[in-house]
Amino acid sequence: MEKIKSSSQLEHYRESIVHKRDVGKKVIRLCNTGCRGRGSSKVAEALENQVREANLDDKVTIKKTGCHGFCQIGSVMVIEPGNILYQKVKPKDVPEILSETIVKGEVLDRLLYRDPKSGEKIRREADIPFYQHQSKTVSHNTGKIDPTDIEDYLAPGGYGALDKALTTMKPMGIIETVEASGLRGRGGGGFPAGRKWRSCREAPGIIKYVIANGDEGDPGAFMDRSLMEGDPHSIIEGMIIGAYAIGAHEGFVYVRDEYPIAVEHLSKAIKQAESLGLLGEDILGTGFDFTIRIITGAGAFVCGESTALMNSLEGRVGEPRAKYVHTVESGLWDRPSTLNNVETWANVPLIINRGAQWYADTGTDTSKGTKIFSLVGKVRNTGLVEVPMGINLSEIIFDIGGGIKRDKKFKAVQTGGPSGGCIPMNKIDMPVDYDSLKQLGAIMGSGGMIVMDENNCMVDTAKYFINFLMYESCGKCVPCREGLKQMHEILSNICEGHGQEGDLELLQKLASFMVDASLCALGGTAPNPVLSTISYFRDEYEAHIFDKKCRAGVCRNLFDYYIDEKLCNGCTLCRVKCPEEAISGEKKKPHVIDEEKCIRCGICFSLCKKEAVLVK
Amino acid sequence: MGFEKVDEILENYAYKHDALIGILQDVQRLENYLPQETLQYIGRELEVPLSRVYYIATFYKSFSLEPRGRHIVKVCLGTACHLNGAVQNLEQVERVLSIREGETTEDRMFSLETVNCVGTCALAPVTMVGEDYYGAVTPGRVEKILSAYSTGSGSAEDGKD
Repeated sequence: MEKIKSSSQLEHYRESIVHKRDVGKKVIRLCNTGCRGRGSSKVAEALENQVREANLDDKVTIKKTGCHGFCQIGSVMVIEPGNILYQKVKPKDVPEILSETIVKGEVLDRLLYRDPKSGEKIRREADIPFYQHQSKTVSHNTGKIDPTDIEDYLAPGGYGALDKALTTMKPMGIIETVEASGLRGRGGGGFPAGRKWRSCREAPGIIKYVIANGDEGDPGAFMDRSLMEGDPHSIIEGMIIGAYAIGAHEGFVYVRDEYPIAVEHLSKAIKQAESLGLLGEDILGTGFDFTIRIITGAGAFVCGESTALMNSLEGRVGEPRAKYVHTVESGLWDRPSTLNNVETWANVPLIINRGAQWYADTGTDTSKGTKIFSLVGKVRNTGLVEVPMGINLSEIIFDIGGGIKRDKKFKAVQTGGPSGGCIPMNKIDMPVDYDSLKQLGAIMGSGGMIVMDENNCMVDTAKYFINFLMYESCGKCVPCREGLKQMHEILSNICEGHGQEGDLELLQKLASFMVDASLCALGGTAPNPVLSTISYFRDEYEAHIFDKKCRAGVCRNLFDYYIDEKLCNGCTLCRVKCPEEAISGEKKKPHVIDEEKCIRCGICFSLCKKEAVLVK
Repeated sequence: MGFEKVDEILENYAYKHDALIGILQDVQRLENYLPQETLQYIGRELEVPLSRVYYIATFYKSFSLEPRGRHIVKVCLGTACHLNGAVQNLEQVERVLSIREGETTEDRMFSLETVNCVGTCALAPVTMVGEDYYGAVTPGRVEKILSAYSTGSGSAEDGKD
């Protein structure tokens, strides 16, 4: 491939891509990343084989895309023209899709999404309520383009921001634009990106680095995965622009070990960009050189912390250091380094293309732009959603998320991963932005939003996060290492029925010490899940400690299952499946659980179609 | 075993000390774990103290110093999976394979591990076998998923709602 050496060559190349596309051809966009968990690889295989066998190559293009967002209804497929969305597609559906929709243009009613509210089938992707309330901006390409084909990124204007930045803007001008846009770090801390870039540019030193943090460690968050897998060029383009602004010639993407598809797609994207002269030496003929290397992590949550990540990049253990000296002055190999989250980098081309004012028009006073959240847990519509900053939590959970599964009662939403907090019902009208969430004792974090219902125990949730962090604490500083261990012990006692008066005060005291004395943010924010649950769900803690009751039915020593005889229809399913033979009853007659034999494994509770198994 | 393949890996990384994590990752891919003699060899060749090699090999969760099975079963214990019953799935995998977390079956067919999050939270609870994802796993599905691998017929099924 010949390298592109100027703006006009880039435009010419872009036109040639658009020109050679057959507009009469139908396009099938099939998610081949997130939906793999629902078997989309097999759907893709079936599509490709059958299109070949039926000689339909001139009628349809199959695009294996990144995540469409609505993971709940995967495997998701969208057919253009017409924007027809087919849900829960299986390999066995492929012959009919090809013969009916592709060849005859008929829509298959049975594969359409049904709106649970109106009960009506919805034909177009854009008309589905889950998508209607969103503003897809950073994620506008994921689910639309083939992330392994640079031409798909170039066709609608990709690398146009790079061209604009390199050929018409000065480095300081770029930094001023990013500052004026109000873009803040999407990884959790929310530090203004432009200010970070300026400090790094002004720091003395000839060699500087830019780094993309793709070590998405927060359990429950996967928006960075979706960007790396579904639109890798947007991250690369953002990084090149940032490197030019800062004066760096080397960049790194640090990707989690658990994301093999992200590594594969980023590697391909880097190679393709290099072969076109958009990355490497003399980018677009401007004389600017920049290379990117991918480094994979090795499974350590703490490596999401900037100094730990840099230690890991240097081939050391991922232990953080105190930040008396900022990494923008002395980071990777003691040189000025700018580390941003991958979502932050992916915002940069948009800001350069459309301007700081356009970007700042969306959002609140202190939090600009849009943010991708992963909406998971007990919510009806799970998936990735992109919304403007400042939207209410309730809009996300109820309008986009469709409310709670099986019409259970909403209890809390957990934001910000293990450093975040749980927000109760009476606070969900608060706007979602960096500062409001902080006021509530939670944080924005990387954007995980985990919805909990009445069957989730808040003490168990706090214990879960503390257990998580206890294993992930690197052990370097005492407050974090020992504080988490003690907190875990207290919480375990409470969950097992050995809680005592004074436990909550002790937890709060430990927490304030950890916040003050921990070396890095892992320890400093670790008490958040405990503090926020104590402040909003104190009654639940007290029920565990004083009444020895877990009303959610999670802490096994603190509840019993029983069968409501009015609801039980005697189907025998629970009796058959009980591993302890603790359930007795005749067919078509109410069953009974023997509390002595019951180990509270929850199998009967989850199996009962009549919801006759209850917690007391 | 000879160290020819290890030499190749070391050469790929130009014997750089800062590439130690990458080197260990590539070496682990050879045999699914890091044998003691290989770690000693790497330390000698790179002129890095063995203590530093072990420091890294034991700090990061993805390294194993014990031999592992052909198929690595990873039960995700991320938040969304935890809330949707991942622990019950883990207990069921333990029952089916008769091993505990961190162990390998006697026939070296399966190793059982837990992970913090595999990033497919919307399909929770998720379990991975090798590089295949399984979403919305229930204890009742565990045996079926695993048996496809033990009989060698490849991945179990075409996903499930």
